Amino acid sequence: MNSPLLQVENLRVEFPTRHGTLVAVRDVSFSVGAGRILGIVGESGAGKSMTGSAIIQLLEPPGRITGGRVLLDGQRIDNLPLAKMRAVRGRQIGAIFQDPLTSLDPLQTIGSQLVETIDVHLDISKSASQARAHELLGNVGIPAPTVRFGQYPHQFSGGMRQRVVTALSLAARPRLIVADEPTTALDVSTQAQVMALLKRLCTEHGVAVILITHDIGVIAEIADDVAVMYAGQLVETGPVRQIIDEPKHPYTAGLMASVPRLEQRQNRLNQIGGAMPRLDSMPNGCAFHPRCELAIERCRLEAPPLERHSNRLVACWRKEEQYTARIETTGKDPAPVPASVLAAAPLVEAKNLSCHFSVPRPLLTRILTSRALQTLKAVNDVSLDIRLGETLALVGESGCGKSSFARLMAGLYTPTSGQLSFSSASGSQPRIQMIFQDPYASLNPRWRVEDIIAEPMLAGAPSSSAAQRGARVAELLTQVNLSPRDSRKYPHEFSGGQRQRISIARVLAADAEFIICDEPTSALDVSVQAQILNLMRDLQLAFNLTYLFISHNLAVVRHVADRVAVMYLGRIVELADAADFFTSPAHPYSRLLLQSVPSLSVRDSNRTPIKGEVPNPMSPPGGCAFHPRCPYANERCRTEVPMDAPRSSGRVACHAWEEKRLPYM
Amino acid sequence: MATLTEGIRRILDHDLVWNLRSSPAAIIAAIVTSLLFIAALGAPFITPQNPLDLASVNLLDSELPPAWMADGVSHYILGTDTQGRDIFSLVIYGLRISLIVGFLSVIMSLFIGVSLGLWSGYAGGWVDAIIMRAADVKLSFPTILVAIMLNGVAKTLLPAEVFQKSALLILVFSIGISGWVPYARVVRGLAMVEKEKEYVQAARLARRSHTAIAVSHVLPNTLGPIAVIATINLALAILTEATLSFLGVGMPPTEPSLGTLVRIGNEYMLSGLWWIVIFPSLMLVVLILAVNLFGDWLRDVFNPKLR
Repeated sequence: MNSPLLQVENLRVEFPTRHGTLVAVRDVSFSVGAGRILGIVGESGAGKSMTGSAIIQLLEPPGRITGGRVLLDGQRIDNLPLAKMRAVRGRQIGAIFQDPLTSLDPLQTIGSQLVETIDVHLDISKSASQARAHELLGNVGIPAPTVRFGQYPHQFSGGMRQRVVTALSLAARPRLIVADEPTTALDVSTQAQVMALLKRLCTEHGVAVILITHDIGVIAEIADDVAVMYAGQLVETGPVRQIIDEPKHPYTAGLMASVPRLEQRQNRLNQIGGAMPRLDSMPNGCAFHPRCELAIERCRLEAPPLERHSNRLVACWRKEEQYTARIETTGKDPAPVPASVLAAAPLVEAKNLSCHFSVPRPLLTRILTSRALQTLKAVNDVSLDIRLGETLALVGESGCGKSSFARLMAGLYTPTSGQLSFSSASGSQPRIQMIFQDPYASLNPRWRVEDIIAEPMLAGAPSSSAAQRGARVAELLTQVNLSPRDSRKYPHEFSGGQRQRISIARVLAADAEFIICDEPTSALDVSVQAQILNLMRDLQLAFNLTYLFISHNLAVVRHVADRVAVMYLGRIVELADAADFFTSPAHPYSRLLLQSVPSLSVRDSNRTPIKGEVPNPMSPPGGCAFHPRCPYANERCRTEVPMDAPRSSGRVACHAWEEKRLPYM
Repeated sequence: MATLTEGIRRILDHDLVWNLRSSPAAIIAAIVTSLLFIAALGAPFITPQNPLDLASVNLLDSELPPAWMADGVSHYILGTDTQGRDIFSLVIYGLRISLIVGFLSVIMSLFIGVSLGLWSGYAGGWVDAIIMRAADVKLSFPTILVAIMLNGVAKTLLPAEVFQKSALLILVFSIGISGWVPYARVVRGLAMVEKEKEYVQAARLARRSHTAIAVSHVLPNTLGPIAVIATINLALAILTEATLSFLGVGMPPTEPSLGTLVRIGNEYMLSGLWWIVIFPSLMLVVLILAVNLFGDWLRDVFNPKLR
C-alpha cells in the first residue's frame, strides 16, 4: 500500500476555560488509506467527535488545535486559512453528522441544496450539475430521484434525510468522508441501510471513511481498522478483527465484553466499574488506571506510550498479560424464566386496551374539507398480562407505540377503550413507577438529589419526618451504589449512568412493585449500560420487582427478558417466552428485527435490513399493517387483519404463520 | 467564619460574577445602579435637608444657582428651587420615589404575569386560550391611557384627601396592571416545554397534585429569563412613572418623583433657572441607562444566542 490518504500526527486539541486549559485530544496519531474505513470508538467524552471536527477544522470555539499535524495526501491541512480550508472541506473531505434534520435547510428543496453545493465546488454547467444531483440521489439509494428532487426535507423520513446528507457530502466527489455518529438517531433497520451505503462507497469509489461511533456492532460490521479512544487518548488501534477478538488493552477488553450479544443470554453482563474521568480531573499516569483491574504502581505514575504489540498499537504497561479475566462466557444459556415466575399469577392485565389521539389536520385541509381532526391509533386493541416477578420486554422500531403503551400502563394516559386491571398484593392501589429514557430530562435540574428521591415518600407517607426520609434516602443511595454524601448535590454534578441510578432510587423510594422501564439504557455508554442492567437485575431479585422493559435493542432484551412482546403500529404481533422467541421467532417482523441487529462476531454477516420504514401511523396500511414491508405478504395479508394464533409459549398474529407459508428458522 | 469565606469565594466564582468581570459596561452599570440604590435607601442620611419637610426649608434661599456659580452657596451643591428646596436633596428623594414605584409595579406585574403564565402553560386548553386572548386584549391598550383612565376613576371615586395620600399606590397599580403580558408569555412558553419533560411525569407517578407540580417543579425552571425581563421592565416602569408624573397624573408636587421634578422645573427653564430641570432629568437618564445596560448584559448571559 502506498502512502495513506489521511495522516494525523500527534494531534492535540485544547479548550481554554477559566478554570484552566482542558486537553480534549492528546497526542492522537492514525492514518486512513483510500478505500478503507477507520472506525473510531469510545464512550461519550472520549474525544472521538473532537478528533473528527479537528480534522475538518470545525472545532467549536474556544477549542483549538495546539499541536500535531493533519496531512491530506501529504499536504498539511490543519494550518490552512479559512477560505482554502472551505474548498478542501467541500471538494476533498465530506462530512456527515448525527442529526440529519439540522444538516438540511428546511426552506429549500433537496434538489436546489444539492445543485447549490455542486455549483460551489465543481466548475460545471447548470444542466450538468442538475444531472449530477439526480445521479447522486440515485447513488445513495433514494427511490424515484426525479420526484424527490423537488421535495423539501420535511417530506423525507429520518433515514432518507441521512441519505440526502450523504449525497450532499458526496456532491464534489470527496476522497475522504468524516461520518460522526451517522446512524445513532436511526432505527436498526435504517441503520443497516445507511451502513451498506457507506460500505458500497468505499468499495466502488475508493472513498476513505472515518466512522466515529459508540456502537461497536457497527464498527465490527463495516470497519477495516479500529481506533479505540479513552479520555482523549488513543489506547489501542489496529485491524478490526484483532481488536475485537483479542483486545490487548484492558479498556478495549472491558468494552467488548460489556456489549450485550444476541448469541447467548448472560445473567450478568460484564461491566467496567466506575466512569470515565472528567477532563478537568484527569488522573496521573495511565488515564484508565482507576478503573483497571490490572493496574500496578507504574500505571499510577507513568502514562504508557502507544507501542506496537502483536499486530496493533496499544498503550498499556501490562499489554503482555493475557487479559481475559472479565469475559465470562458460561457456555450455558441460563434458564430465562424460573418456574416460579411462569406459574405466578398476573400482576397486571390489559384487555383490548386502546389509546387514540386526535391530531389536528393541516390548516388548509381543515378549511377545504372541514374535517378538523384525524385519529392516531397509538395503541390498538392490545391484550397482555404481566406476571408477578417477571421481566416482559416490549420491542419494536420507533413510532410503533411502545412509549404510548408504557404511559398507558403507568396511568399517565387514559385509555380510549379497554380495561387495565391490577391484582396488587398490597391492596387496591398498585404501586407503579417508571424509569425514563433520558437521564437528563427525568430529574428536575433545580432540585437536590435528596429531594428528588424523597418526593414519592411525600405523597406516599405524608406523616414521615424529614429525618426519617433523610435516612431512607441515604439507604436508597447505598442500594444503587451511590454515596449517601451525594444527597446534597444537584443532578448536573452526575454522569448519565449515575443519574439513571438516582432515577432507580426514586422508583424504590415509592416501594414500587411494577416498574415500567422506557429504554432505560439507550442513552448510556455500553460499559455503563451493563452496570445499570446488572443493578436492575439485582434489585429485581431482592425486592421481587416486576418489569415492563421497553427497548429497541434486541441484544439488551436478550439478557434481561423473561418474555418478549413485539409491537408494530400499535398492535402486539408476537408474544413468546424469551428462549423460544430468540431461537424461533415466528412473525416475519420479529425475524427481520433479529436479523438487523449488528453482530460483533460475524463480519459482513447476512444482516438483511428490513425494507422501507415504519409507515405513518396516521394512515396505516390496510389488512396486516406490516404487509408493505413483508417478504411473505400475499393478497389475504393486504385485505384482512390477522388474528392472534397460538405459538409455542405465546401467540402470533400473522396469516403466513397460520398458513404455514413461512420458511423454517 | 470558614463557611462565610467559603460562601464568598463561591459567589465570586459563580458564572454570573465571572461574566460580569469580563464586561466593563456591565461593571459600570452595576456600580452606578447600586450607588443609586444606596443613595435612595440612605436618602435621609446623605442629603443636607429633607425637602418634603416644610420646617427645614428656608424660603429666603430660593432660586440659588449651583454651588460653583457666582451666586452659589456651598450648602446647596446643585442650587435650590423657587421654594428654597435643595435640588440635590430633591433629586435623591425623587429617585427614591421613582425606584419605589418602579420596584413595586414590577413586582406586581411579575406576580400577575408569572401566575397567569404558569397556569396558562401548565393547564393548556381553554384556560390557556382565555388567558392568552386576555393578554392580546391587554396589549391593545396603551399603558399611559390605562394609567390616565385609572387615575381618573380613582379621583372620582376617592375623597380628595385619600386620593392625595394614595397617589403612589394608584400609580403602582396602574403601571403594574399593564406590564404582566411579557412575563405571562415567556413563562407560558417555558412551562409548556417543561411540563412535557420526564421529571414532571415522574412527579405525577409520585402522586403529587397538579398544583404542587406546577409550583415546585415547573415554576423554578422558568425563572431564569424572568430575571432578565424584570430588569428591563424596571427601567420601563420608571420611565412610565416619569411620563405620567410629567403629564400631571402621577406623583403630586408634595411628594415629587423625578418625573414630577422635571415637570415643575420645565416651567422655569425659560426664566434662566435651568438647574431645576436639568439635574432631575440627568438623574433619570443615568438611572434608566444603567438599569438598561445591566438588563442587556443579563439577557446576554442567560441567552448567549441573542448576542
